[in-house]
Amino acid sequence: MFTRVMAAAGLAFLHAPVWVIALYAFTTEDRTYQFPPPGLTLHWFEVAFARDDIWQSMRLSLLVASAATLLAIILGTLAAFALARRTFSGKESITLLFVLPIALPGILTGLALLAGMRTIGLEPGFWTIVAGHATFCLVIVYNNVVARLRRIPPSWVEASMDLGARGHQTFRYVLLPQIATALLAGGMLAFALSFDEIIVTLFTAGHERTLPIWFYSELFRPRERPVTNVVAVVVILVTLVPILLAYYLTRPDEQSQGS
Amino acid sequence: MAGRAEFSLQGRRAFYFALLLAPPLLWLGIVYLGSLLTLLLQSFYAIDEFTARIVPEFTLATYRQLLTQPAHIDIIVRTLLMAAAVTLAAAVIAFPVALYMARYAGPRTKAFFYVGVMLPMWTSYLVKVYAWRLILAKQGIASWGFEHLGLMGALDKALAVPVVGGPSLASSYIGMFVVFVYMWLPFMILPLAAALERVPASLLQASADLGARPGQTFRNVVLPLALPGLAAGSIFTFSLTLGDYIIPSVVGAPGYFIGMMVYQQQGTAGNLPLAAAFSVVPIVLIGLYLMLARRLGAFDAL
Repeated sequence: MFTRVMAAAGLAFLHAPVWVIALYAFTTEDRTYQFPPPGLTLHWFEVAFARDDIWQSMRLSLLVASAATLLAIILGTLAAFALARRTFSGKESITLLFVLPIALPGILTGLALLAGMRTIGLEPGFWTIVAGHATFCLVIVYNNVVARLRRIPPSWVEASMDLGARGHQTFRYVLLPQIATALLAGGMLAFALSFDEIIVTLFTAGHERTLPIWFYSELFRPRERPVTNVVAVVVILVTLVPILLAYYLTRPDEQSQGS
Repeated sequence: MAGRAEFSLQGRRAFYFALLLAPPLLWLGIVYLGSLLTLLLQSFYAIDEFTARIVPEFTLATYRQLLTQPAHIDIIVRTLLMAAAVTLAAAVIAFPVALYMARYAGPRTKAFFYVGVMLPMWTSYLVKVYAWRLILAKQGIASWGFEHLGLMGALDKALAVPVVGGPSLASSYIGMFVVFVYMWLPFMILPLAAALERVPASLLQASADLGARPGQTFRNVVLPLALPGLAAGSIFTFSLTLGDYIIPSVVGAPGYFIGMMVYQQQGTAGNLPLAAAFSVVPIVLIGLYLMLARRLGAFDAL
């Protein structure tokens, strides 16, 4: 009973702040965070909708996330196919390299990329943001796809080959249908991660303003605060939908969970 | 004949393998590792005090500066203490949640809890930080709640404590601590729940059959087997706290943290070598922590 109450309290603690954000998007008070809000209004949605800077940042973030996800899917899938089953000397250090970008603190990745860019004289901009995001997004895709590939029995591939299928046919008709959902899930997680990234982006963005950078600078503005909340609600929706989909796509089967 | 055919088959396999692995490996090797090495190299350079330019000559001057200035030591110790406190608190709060998820909940409740923990974990990082700024603000929900519970006096007392207190929750180490714990809690719950789920039910039954009280079973059976999960979770909470620079700058007291120092030194201060040297500190601390965890046997039960 005690555990149950504590568990429920823990879950509530995790969720409450998100609801607070939504509530303050409707408040009539725009300078303090007075609670309870003195009144409720839809006015801030209108204001946010008319703001050009928000649309520009939103567009940039969507473009960055799309490009980074595409790169990550290509590189992550290639790596997963190369490393899923083979054993060779030096494999351990290579697999370590493939978790490093998410294992080390983001600030290190950010500063390192900045140092690298400065050394070769690269101007920060759209493509440097994409390169930074792709580096940790490819790890997410790799993890998803490699886990799925390891669950496919090797006998399936052997059977396909024995029945006379060529390599690309085996890939197209045996492997691809099996990894499709893992690939989709990895891609969506990568997209959500990139869309929301700030720690690395602040180092690699130069003068570009992605939505998180816009959001970050807005945190220190004294007026029209509920506009920030409106954008926050939109960001939550844009990132949570792919994440929920990814979860249902990679969920282990109900039957096997019971054992 | 057969030998040659075999050889060419192997050769083709090696060729395809290289073809698959080369693009991602080159990407991580050049873009990522290359950058990390450049960063490490930068930390062995120093800045010329008169021209404020980086002198590309090997020197330990930057590390000397890092380790001898009392202000820098303060920053490192402050960050380390915060990371340790956050890790401890996260473990204490996460344990009952993970235990319930792993051992007591039915399949439906369990799925509900997993999604329930995952969703906030994946919710936008900045949005969550911002939410806490609203909650902890002077007239915000936290003080409203304390007032209605009649605990305003207790809050004022807590904020009056030197060092950890401050003018409001949003600008004190107490507030920052709460935000850190909140942010990294799911990273503790999930590995812990995974470890607890692997504890065989028969062991608990055996312990009870042999006359152990629930408390004894918990201490002598469950806790040691949960240790790898605690270790994995604590690596997350520890390393995430050490490297963060957004939370201390949005919620919190005026004292600097390692991450903020890194960001400020590379930006406004323009001292990339010092920023690089500071960014090496979390790696060293995490390495030491891993060694300590291994010595304490955190990975033995794996």
